[in-house]
Amino acid sequence: MIRVSDLSKQYGALKAIDQVNFHVEKGEIVGFLGPNGAGKSTTMKILTCFTQPTSGSVNIAGFDAFNDSIEVRKRIGYLPENTPLYEEMTPRSLLRFIAGLKGVPTKEQNKKVEEVISLFGIAKFSGKLIKYISKGQKQRVGIAQAMIGEPEILILDEPTVGLDPKQIHEIRDIIKNMQGKRTVILSTHILPEVSMTCQRILIINKGKIVTEESTVNLMSRFHSHNIFEIEIDGDEKKVQSVLRDVKNILRIDVKEKSNDQRNIYEIETEKNIDNRREISHAVVHNGLGLLSFKTVSRSLEDIFLELVTDEKEAEVKDE
Amino acid sequence: MNNFVTLFKKEFFLFFTSPVAYAIITIFMLMAGFFFYNIFAYYSVVSQQIAMQGIVSGSGGINVTEGILIPFHMNISVVVLLLIPLITMRSFSEEKKNGTFELLMTYPIKDYEVVLGKFFAAFAFYGVLITLTLIYPLIVSVYASIELPVLISSLLGLLLMGAAFIAVGILISSLTENQIIAGGLTFGVCLIFWLLGWMETEASPEIGTVLKHLSLIEHFQNFSKGTINTKDIVYYFDFIILMLFLTLRNLDSNKWRG
Ligand SMILES: Nc1ncnc2c1ncn2[C@@H]1O[C@H](COP(=O)(O)OP(=O)(O)O)[C@@H](O)[C@H]1O
Ligand SMILES: [Mg+2]
Repeated sequence: MIRVSDLSKQYGALKAIDQVNFHVEKGEIVGFLGPNGAGKSTTMKILTCFTQPTSGSVNIAGFDAFNDSIEVRKRIGYLPENTPLYEEMTPRSLLRFIAGLKGVPTKEQNKKVEEVISLFGIAKFSGKLIKYISKGQKQRVGIAQAMIGEPEILILDEPTVGLDPKQIHEIRDIIKNMQGKRTVILSTHILPEVSMTCQRILIINKGKIVTEESTVNLMSRFHSHNIFEIEIDGDEKKVQSVLRDVKNILRIDVKEKSNDQRNIYEIETEKNIDNRREISHAVVHNGLGLLSFKTVSRSLEDIFLELVTDEKEAEVKDE
Repeated sequence: MNNFVTLFKKEFFLFFTSPVAYAIITIFMLMAGFFFYNIFAYYSVVSQQIAMQGIVSGSGGINVTEGILIPFHMNISVVVLLLIPLITMRSFSEEKKNGTFELLMTYPIKDYEVVLGKFFAAFAFYGVLITLTLIYPLIVSVYASIELPVLISSLLGLLLMGAAFIAVGILISSLTENQIIAGGLTFGVCLIFWLLGWMETEASPEIGTVLKHLSLIEHFQNFSKGTINTKDIVYYFDFIILMLFLTLRNLDSNKWRG
């Protein structure tokens, strides 16, 4: 559906993006993840034909973004960063205007506009001027305008930035519901966002794609160690000595101390060896109380930091 | 064509959501009224004097066309020069500043449709202003008969000259995201084109003719006197087309820079 090849964009001496390559298949929801200034917006501006790349090409639904820009734009719904909208219009008049521009036939315009208005819960404020509605409401109008005309592809640049948790939840649900129906690329610099809404993640840093993998793979790839959180009732010294006798334990730390000897311990074990049975057995048979046992997986946040930091270190070496 | 109509309608109606539009209309009517009152009062005094001196009016006296219509429309053209920058300064600048420009340019519409939509919306708003000035000739027509051809040709001239100013304004507005700069520059550039005719006297004859030909006001003077020359019409059309073409080029180069 989307094929990006060797895409570069230079602003003066600054390489905003540098030799970016990726594919997105029909019906996929792909997360574009990277810190501020990584080049996410720049890439999206090129995909939506707002900006021309310095080199490289973009093919969307079989059309070249440069030579067939109108055909490409017909197939894309775009929400730019910060949701720019005509403040002096009402959501309803704005959506009608945009339906017109996107070539929705005049007879159907009303129907289509009312459809998105109810789909995104805009009805309540559809007659207010956009400058007077809240950030979350604005965001919904922004996504609605991208959706109108039923484009095959949606490109959403930081769709949840500046929203409160409830609103973020709503927007994420909207996006998740598009799975299989629309091809979606969304950018974010917030990690949990992509792991919750996207099947695949492209991590971009300093204009380069650092990694490209399914969310599941990415999580498991970095699952190289086993870390557990165990709450044990008993004297700390005894717990330490009991656990030290269990094989394949690399590290025992007290994570949370409590006054009544019910401490939470963090234990790291050898990777690819499951010794949870041995651990619980040792605890219980030595007269200690096993209160809880939890597997801790590393968050995407850690993975991300690691990827980005690795690159930084490599650069330092280069210099 | 559909896109042009959609854009035009939105742009035109958005004018009236802004207090700036009403301020422009008010200032325009006040200034036009002020000039009209002065010209009218002066004309009355002069024609009374002529009558008192016993000269039979009608043959030797100044007529309404020369006494009121021509000076009035010349004054209106100055007001237009002052106010058109206020009409066009928001056109592209505001969209660039708010980021809606990015949204607009990613809809499946052609650049020329955007430019024409904005140009004709500003022109239509300007048309409303010019239509409002008709009340003054209407007042005159209560007291004296008006030469309709002169009135029509003056209005045509005002519309064409205004359209040329608007085209300058649209071009400049596409160059900056700062409305104030857009407005100021538009005024400056229009003023230069206005004054070119005056510089004629100081320039050598060859350059003088060129300057005179380029001057926006020079061509308007013919219209205001009731003469419609193809040469003048062609001049305004060329000027407008050139400005809009440059706007289009600028939008295109934005894609490479922005
Ligand atoms: N119009 C522009 N002119 C000059 N530099 C720009 C422009 N747009 C973006 N940049 C620069 O390009 C880099 C990438 O920006 P951007 O794509 O907006 O990053 P992100 O969206 O990931 O935060 C940044 O260093 C930014 O300062
Ligand atoms: Mg960005």
